[in-house]
Amino acid sequence: MSTRAVASSAPAGPAPELVLSPSREAWRVFRKNKAAMLGLVLLVAVILTMALGPTLYPVPPFDIVGRPFTGPFETAALPLGSDYLGRDILAGMVVGGRATVAVGLAAAAITVTIGLMVGALAGYYGGWVDEVLSRFTEIFQVMPSLLFAMVLMTLFEPSLFTAVMAIGMVTWTSTARLARAEFMRLRKLEYVNAARALGASHLRLMVREILPNAAPPLIVSATLIIGVAILFEAGLSFLGLSDPNVMSWGLMIGSNRKYVLDAWWAVTFPGFAIFLTVLAVSLVGDGLNDALNPKLHQR
Amino acid sequence: MGFTSVISKRLAYALGLIFAVLTINFALIHAAPGDPAMVIAGEMGGADQATLDAIRKTYGLDRPILEQYATYVGRAIQGDLGQSYLYNQPVTTLILQRLPATVLLVLSALLSAIAVGTIVGVWASRRPHSVGSGAVTVMSLVGYSMPTFWTGILLVILFGKIIPIMPIAGMRDVRIYGGWFVTTLDVLHHLVLPAFTLAIVYMAQYSRLARASMLEVLGSDYIRTARAKGLAERLVIWKHALRNALMPVVTIAGLQFGNLVSGAVLVETVFSWPGLGTLAYDSILGRDYPTLLGVLFFSSVLVIVANLLTDLAYRWIDPRLRTR
Repeated sequence: MSTRAVASSAPAGPAPELVLSPSREAWRVFRKNKAAMLGLVLLVAVILTMALGPTLYPVPPFDIVGRPFTGPFETAALPLGSDYLGRDILAGMVVGGRATVAVGLAAAAITVTIGLMVGALAGYYGGWVDEVLSRFTEIFQVMPSLLFAMVLMTLFEPSLFTAVMAIGMVTWTSTARLARAEFMRLRKLEYVNAARALGASHLRLMVREILPNAAPPLIVSATLIIGVAILFEAGLSFLGLSDPNVMSWGLMIGSNRKYVLDAWWAVTFPGFAIFLTVLAVSLVGDGLNDALNPKLHQR
Repeated sequence: MGFTSVISKRLAYALGLIFAVLTINFALIHAAPGDPAMVIAGEMGGADQATLDAIRKTYGLDRPILEQYATYVGRAIQGDLGQSYLYNQPVTTLILQRLPATVLLVLSALLSAIAVGTIVGVWASRRPHSVGSGAVTVMSLVGYSMPTFWTGILLVILFGKIIPIMPIAGMRDVRIYGGWFVTTLDVLHHLVLPAFTLAIVYMAQYSRLARASMLEVLGSDYIRTARAKGLAERLVIWKHALRNALMPVVTIAGLQFGNLVSGAVLVETVFSWPGLGTLAYDSILGRDYPTLLGVLFFSSVLVIVANLLTDLAYRWIDPRLRTR
């Protein structure tokens, strides 16, 4: 279980003072990474805005509250201006992240669940199980992801649920490949053989012995997939394929795109919010990658 | 196993994948809520009883499901992806008309991104802890995190309004007449912004990839040997190291070119670039499902073919892989 922590602290000078647990060791490395900490702060800021924003700024995002095409910083009533219908941009901004991030998180959860199950079974059992599951994964891999998601959103009723399902369906393959490689590598190691010799069941070997050691790369990939899923959700909403009754950053850009030359603010601010959120997630993912990969610590 | 039998095995896989994608397409039509005939007719206002009956007959929707499946697969294999009710043309014709525009867009974005991305990545790998290298990492993260459609819109605002020097929509200016030279210039002028938008995303990926791959290669023994025998650093980097470091770049490029439609959908939509992405988007707006599913099937086949070619090229380059 603690092979990673041991490996990373072993080459330290004479008499290693203290062997930290893997997660504390990772946090120690993560904390020193300025970019990763910046990402974490950004992420917390985005989450706080989404949680508290609509309470602090209770303007319904779909309501027409002012003159259309009001520029930003012109009146106190519309701090970020209004769109082509006269809807408050700031109101959309504070609410619009909820759908985007919720769909991103849920889709990433689905991706990891499907990908982990398929990849773990293929990698652990090998042989014909691997053959069948790998072929199955390949089918989803060759379907162009965004286009496939667009088709799913079009054929089925557009809702947050459909969006989560569609994005999950098109992004799980990379997790499956990663999980397969990790399980395939780890199942041959001696400690797994030892556990098997002690009579551990397949399920126990997979969940209790292999999974903890396969977790670090999977955690990193899951983080990055949250970013990918957020971009997918934004793209689908931009194309007008998401739930039209839920305000989201992508939807704001999509509905204002005909008027970009008249109202730059109506598309620039929501896009910047998507950008910052994805950037925050990517920075954290990169930081986790460095922190959870003991090989990099010595470099 | 010989090389020939490896090829035939790969070909069989590819065919199997094509069947699988067709099956998913077929399943999607039938799994979607509502009458498949309605789905095929595209829920257009004009889908009257006569049209629906005609569709049921042509697609054999009154037959058992397995027979329908066989008919569907049989037609697709002959290149018949159905009829577009929106454009009143065979879907295959529409796709082939739109393909060159997408290939032009994706290829120019991809090639410029690979060239710039690789050079930047190699440069950054030489001093991995320097400020410049850090800047490359930050830039690539920024490029990766910007939603493509948003980048495109920002460029539209910048070069369409603030400094209006670029066309912001379409592929041709109807007011410009002239010979092939003028036409080519016009198309290239229209190509600049969409290709640049798409290239930003690709560049972010390739500079990261090239940097990581170079760092890996530069730590290997043969590089130390090359340096030890007194070879100029320039030669070590650009000739010895880059050759091996380019392998992952080539792999990803092959995959991305195959996946060109997915990459181009959002950019094409923003710039009204008349390619497959716009075709897919317009067919969604017009509820033209045969065209939409046709584009999905066609682009999946593109990915399969690109994967197959990359795989075979790899075996050709690296003899160690030939018999595996």
